Amino acid sequence: MNGVHDMGGMAGLGELDPRPDAALFHEAWEGRVLGLTLAAAAWGRWTLDRSRLYREMIPGPRYLGISYYERWFAALAALLVDTGLVSATEVRTGHADPGAETAAPPLVAAQVGAVLARGAPTSRTLHAPPRFALGDSVRARNLHPPGHTRLPRYVRGRRGEISHLHGGHVFPDCNAHGQGEHPQALYQVRFAAPELWGPNARAADAVYLDLWEDYLEPA
Amino acid sequence: MAHDDPDHHLDHGQAPPSDIALRVKALESLLVEKGLVDPAALDAIIDTYEHKVGPRNGARVVARAWADEAYHARLMDDATAAIAELGYGGRQGEHMIAVANSAGVHNLVVCTLCSCYPWSVLGLPPAWYKSSAYRSRAVIDPRGVIAQFGLELGDEVEVRVWDSTAEIRYLVIPQRPTGTEGWDEDALADLVTRDCMIGAGLPLAPGPRR
Repeated sequence: MNGVHDMGGMAGLGELDPRPDAALFHEAWEGRVLGLTLAAAAWGRWTLDRSRLYREMIPGPRYLGISYYERWFAALAALLVDTGLVSATEVRTGHADPGAETAAPPLVAAQVGAVLARGAPTSRTLHAPPRFALGDSVRARNLHPPGHTRLPRYVRGRRGEISHLHGGHVFPDCNAHGQGEHPQALYQVRFAAPELWGPNARAADAVYLDLWEDYLEPA
Repeated sequence: MAHDDPDHHLDHGQAPPSDIALRVKALESLLVEKGLVDPAALDAIIDTYEHKVGPRNGARVVARAWADEAYHARLMDDATAAIAELGYGGRQGEHMIAVANSAGVHNLVVCTLCSCYPWSVLGLPPAWYKSSAYRSRAVIDPRGVIAQFGLELGDEVEVRVWDSTAEIRYLVIPQRPTGTEGWDEDALADLVTRDCMIGAGLPLAPGPRR
């Protein structure tokens, strides 16, 4: 979707603060949100792509006005309700509905190290050869899907060159919407800076993106 | 679009309690009450990123690459496997690519769409990496962004920006500082800052040889 989260190339989004900052969490609740998000995801009711979609669906003015972990929290609360793990009433009251069953957590402390160390690879075997080869000239398609996509606006319609083949990966545009993984070839694509930003950009500079086959056409 | 539209509860600026810390606490106690999460698991997750998985991992990778040519070659060929040799991997580091700086090339990593970051080697991202200012500007004005971190890149340097749009995570391998000939990996790793592995800076200059 063409949301404010897709902010590559925009101006006016505040001042960069490069001061050294070693604090992992600036307030204790941020760490709890991280823990809650990872622990609740262990139920397997949603994918990482879907959680990204939910963060993107926070209305633009609100998205820009809240912090990273506040976005995580808003998305988590909505995911919990939409997947039926909790009711909207429970979120509002902070207590289990009368008669609600008590579950057993799918992730307990002793498993955390192993689960984080394992991760969740998104590579998948492809049953057809990739359409493009190293060095091929491609154009990012001018797509404006209403749902989740990992094709940023700033490359749509722009010409680039395949710089690496990553093999097959889960396709987020489907996976975020509960439509399955539909893995397809993922490519690293090099876009020369002037192609993206006009003649004042330096000819030798470039931006590289990882783009799925459906995002690309021959150029 | 999926049939479920979370807008109605994502835009809940009016819902009490308004204080985010209280709301997080309330949700945690609800999930614990329902047996949906184990509070000790939350503690373990936080402890992992506070004490075990952080930029010292990445610094070990960089130091090994500086000290061991064969390792450097393996890292550039298959970063996921080379990083796993040192025992690092897993969440948000499942698919790694290392990009090496040189006299003529400087690399900078960003995620314009959210804040994807190589957790397995750098831990959780710093606030500036997650900021709208960084996400929006790094791709269009990488030289200006890097300059704000105190590094002026010359015209002869080619800047490569890596926008992490998929599940591939990028680690910048900075150039080894001069004056570190013969240093061991521990001493080298102490020069490797988090920011230089994102591309927003250089390693520390060597002090007196240890």
